[in-house]
Amino acid sequence: MNERQIMTADEVRRAIARVAHEIGERNGGVHNVVLVGIYRRGIPLAKRVATAIQQIEGSTVAIGALDITLYRDDLEIRGTATQIQHTHIPVDITGKTIVLVDDVLFTGRTIRAALDALTDLGRPARIQLAVLVDRGHRELPIRADFVGKNVPTAASEDVAVRLNEVDGGDDAVMIIRGAV
Amino acid sequence: MPTLLTNGTIIDPDTRQMSIGSILVDNGVVTARFDGLLPADATVRTAPDTTVVDATHKLISPGFIDPHVHLREPGEEHKETIATGTRAAAAGGYTVVACMPNTRPASDSVAVVQHIRTAARRAGFAEVLPIAAATIGRAGKELSPMRELVDAGAIGFSDDGVPVSDPAVMRNVFEYVKMLAVPYFGHCEEMTLSNGWGMHEGAVSNRLGLPGYPSAAEEVGIARDIALAELTNSRLHVCHVSTAGGVALIRAAKARGVNVTGEASPHHMTLSDRWVLGWLDEHADARNEPGMSLNPTTRPPYDTSTRVSPPLRSEADCVAVLQGLLDGTLDFVATDHAPHSRVDKEVEYRLAMAGITGIETALASMLMLVNQGRISLMDLIVRMTDAPAAFLGRGTTALRVGARADITVIDPQLVWTVEASKLFSLGKNTPLLGQKMRGKAVLTMYKGNITHQEA
Amino acid sequence: MTMPAVSPFVPWIPTANRKRRHVLDLDDFSAAEIIDVLDAATSMKEVLGRSVPQVPILRGRTVVNVFYEESTRTRMSFELAARTLSASIMSMTAKGSSVEKGESLIDTIRTIQALGADIIVIRHGESGAPYLAAQHFKGSIINAGDGRHAHPSQALLDLFTIRERLGALQGLNVTIVGDILHSRVARSNIWGMLRCGMQVTLCAPSTLIGDVRMWQETFPTLKISYDLDAIIPATDVLMGLRLQKERMHAGLLPTLREYSTYFGISQARIDKLPDHAIVMHPGPMNEGVEIMPEAADSPRSVIEAQVTNGVAVRMALLYRLSGEATI
Repeated sequence: MNERQIMTADEVRRAIARVAHEIGERNGGVHNVVLVGIYRRGIPLAKRVATAIQQIEGSTVAIGALDITLYRDDLEIRGTATQIQHTHIPVDITGKTIVLVDDVLFTGRTIRAALDALTDLGRPARIQLAVLVDRGHRELPIRADFVGKNVPTAASEDVAVRLNEVDGGDDAVMIIRGAV
Repeated sequence: MPTLLTNGTIIDPDTRQMSIGSILVDNGVVTARFDGLLPADATVRTAPDTTVVDATHKLISPGFIDPHVHLREPGEEHKETIATGTRAAAAGGYTVVACMPNTRPASDSVAVVQHIRTAARRAGFAEVLPIAAATIGRAGKELSPMRELVDAGAIGFSDDGVPVSDPAVMRNVFEYVKMLAVPYFGHCEEMTLSNGWGMHEGAVSNRLGLPGYPSAAEEVGIARDIALAELTNSRLHVCHVSTAGGVALIRAAKARGVNVTGEASPHHMTLSDRWVLGWLDEHADARNEPGMSLNPTTRPPYDTSTRVSPPLRSEADCVAVLQGLLDGTLDFVATDHAPHSRVDKEVEYRLAMAGITGIETALASMLMLVNQGRISLMDLIVRMTDAPAAFLGRGTTALRVGARADITVIDPQLVWTVEASKLFSLGKNTPLLGQKMRGKAVLTMYKGNITHQEA
Repeated sequence: MTMPAVSPFVPWIPTANRKRRHVLDLDDFSAAEIIDVLDAATSMKEVLGRSVPQVPILRGRTVVNVFYEESTRTRMSFELAARTLSASIMSMTAKGSSVEKGESLIDTIRTIQALGADIIVIRHGESGAPYLAAQHFKGSIINAGDGRHAHPSQALLDLFTIRERLGALQGLNVTIVGDILHSRVARSNIWGMLRCGMQVTLCAPSTLIGDVRMWQETFPTLKISYDLDAIIPATDVLMGLRLQKERMHAGLLPTLREYSTYFGISQARIDKLPDHAIVMHPGPMNEGVEIMPEAADSPRSVIEAQVTNGVAVRMALLYRLSGEATI
């Protein structure tokens, strides 16, 4: 296995700060915004974006957690070994601007499932997407509105985001070559 | 054409001796016996057209006798015919069988008894002795024409499959059969206690949620029939004894001098109620060592091939039944060979017809007990030859000069797998499917004709 | 529990790498798998609480209810579970045994297989029928109750409800009271509860328990009592079972009144339960016989929660069987 670091902890911090600015800029403030983190690492990322927004805009943004296990299209391939997690969005999403937050945007299938899940939970005014890393190789017509870093990768490579809240240690983004 | 079986271990159940020797058969009888090994170039052959069968390392036994089989003909030929049943008997090493009357119609008339004897003669694989129905239609109400049936060839009476439920009728059966000097073969069961049963009542039936057939139901039946046989000074033979309590009742009755005998079936000595659990049995020994142990965990739970009447009972009952055979309480081994078709068995457990097809696996099952040191080979052979012969009023089966050439050559080391397609019986309903066994009849001879020979 | 070697003749038992294919009884569930099911059911319950309680995960799957015994509530529970997961579901009621009806159980299963069923939910009056069905079906079987043998989804929803109300299962004292001898709910609950480290006491007239040795040979830690009042003060979970009149042989009880007097779940009895204790019943209830209406309606009763949780647990089972869940 061959690992290569492409973002350090400081770079992660700056990327999150920039994304937080952009969200406020794009939406003219955050009064109607709800950040919804996609399980697993999207959730701590959403919390960090919310903290950054708090510092920039001075306002508290609502945060939710979304589990898309029951919206996947790959049940036969992946099996049901992954645990279903809880979806919990503390406010009504109808009429709001939902910003989905995830760590890596790859094929786009996770986001497609997340869009289905959100439309079952209510009728947002608009849905935007914020990701820490966009690694290309889209299989569906999906694009991110806010990107921490664009990283070209080979399809066979793996992109691993390590966050202190989930993985312990320093934040980092790694490209792993030769991973299965 | 003469046949010479050479250099096998001849078993003589009358003297309880085993010795290396050879046997010459001609015109349906044993014409000569030679002690010791025959050299290859012996001039002992009396005729140039003698067939020589090398029985080196094999046992030469008298043909086995089974006083309890179900041949299903007339009326249920989809389960078995007299031809297929006796062919299967030959494959199991048997040369004489007595068949039960629960055919359709029941064996309660001379016509049916004569049909059975004729069909058996025509097939020619074994001697078939008909047991006729004790009551008309086995309905337990009116006596069948027993004297006529004995004159037509019946060797005893039974309603097997069911008891005679009404004790007053049972008493009359005992009284009437007494003058005919043949046994009443009792299927002993108090049916109000076993009503609706699925399997033996015990921890397994409780776990599997199946209504139980308690040992007491069989014991109440046995006690009743012993008392009535004693009252009438008649003769009772208790079929398929399966419980420790039942063995004890017969032992005590014999000690009192009651004219009672009993039989033990191989499945009631080797298979317990835990076989109904199949792979659910967490405590089973999952090793099928050919000739030593069987593996019940290859069977699914609720496997209907385990459903038999009386049912497979606890391991302690299996031990007690074998003990009964060893101490003579139970007089002989009887297979209760009971073939059924797929339609009868591929249903919900409690609704499956009861019965195990057993005549082709009996020897190997019993040899397993010999290999485990729980019964001697000689005891076993006696209980499968001279003991049933004596019960049927015949002399010894020992292969002396002049004896009818009913012979079974056994290879005690032959390892084989029980496979449905290789069974000669039409009934494939045995829990032993897939098990590796050790020991088989490799040649069976009935009246000097070879009725079975392993390839 | 070590799994025995699998014979190719029996392709339907959990395979060597522990993929679950059928839910026939709780006796082959480890404690870990039971907890996994309860956790999945927790998420499923959240879905049921939404304004649009529907997720697309089992779209394209076909579930067929094959009910040889009437049961509106269990059938509807599975129907709701399947529809919430977007599976298509059909229900078939076949009265009487297959032998009486002419078409054998195996033929019925094969027909349903040919219609494209992925999962069959079967309820049958004969113990063991789902095991027969499983040998002739390429998909998955869920046992919705067979004779007096097993009702695994009921036991799982009971465990879910207990955990929801009382927290961790380990160490809780359960008293099961009613017609235990004939109860598949009792048997499956005993397996599940003992696996999860709970203490179980059976309480009923001796004719409705049967030979104590038979129970203790399979379940050595199981307790038996004929005195409900004596064990109530130490009971965390009081589970009543329907007095199954249709399965009772005549003569097992002198009168229903005598039963109610000594074993009925009455207000007086539940007042003597510890403060946190709960009262359960799988339904349908014979109010006035095994349970009094006041007890069924009391704040301790979780009977309605059991029904809701039943849908969530059945959703979890359908989900786990669809993706070849490893156990």
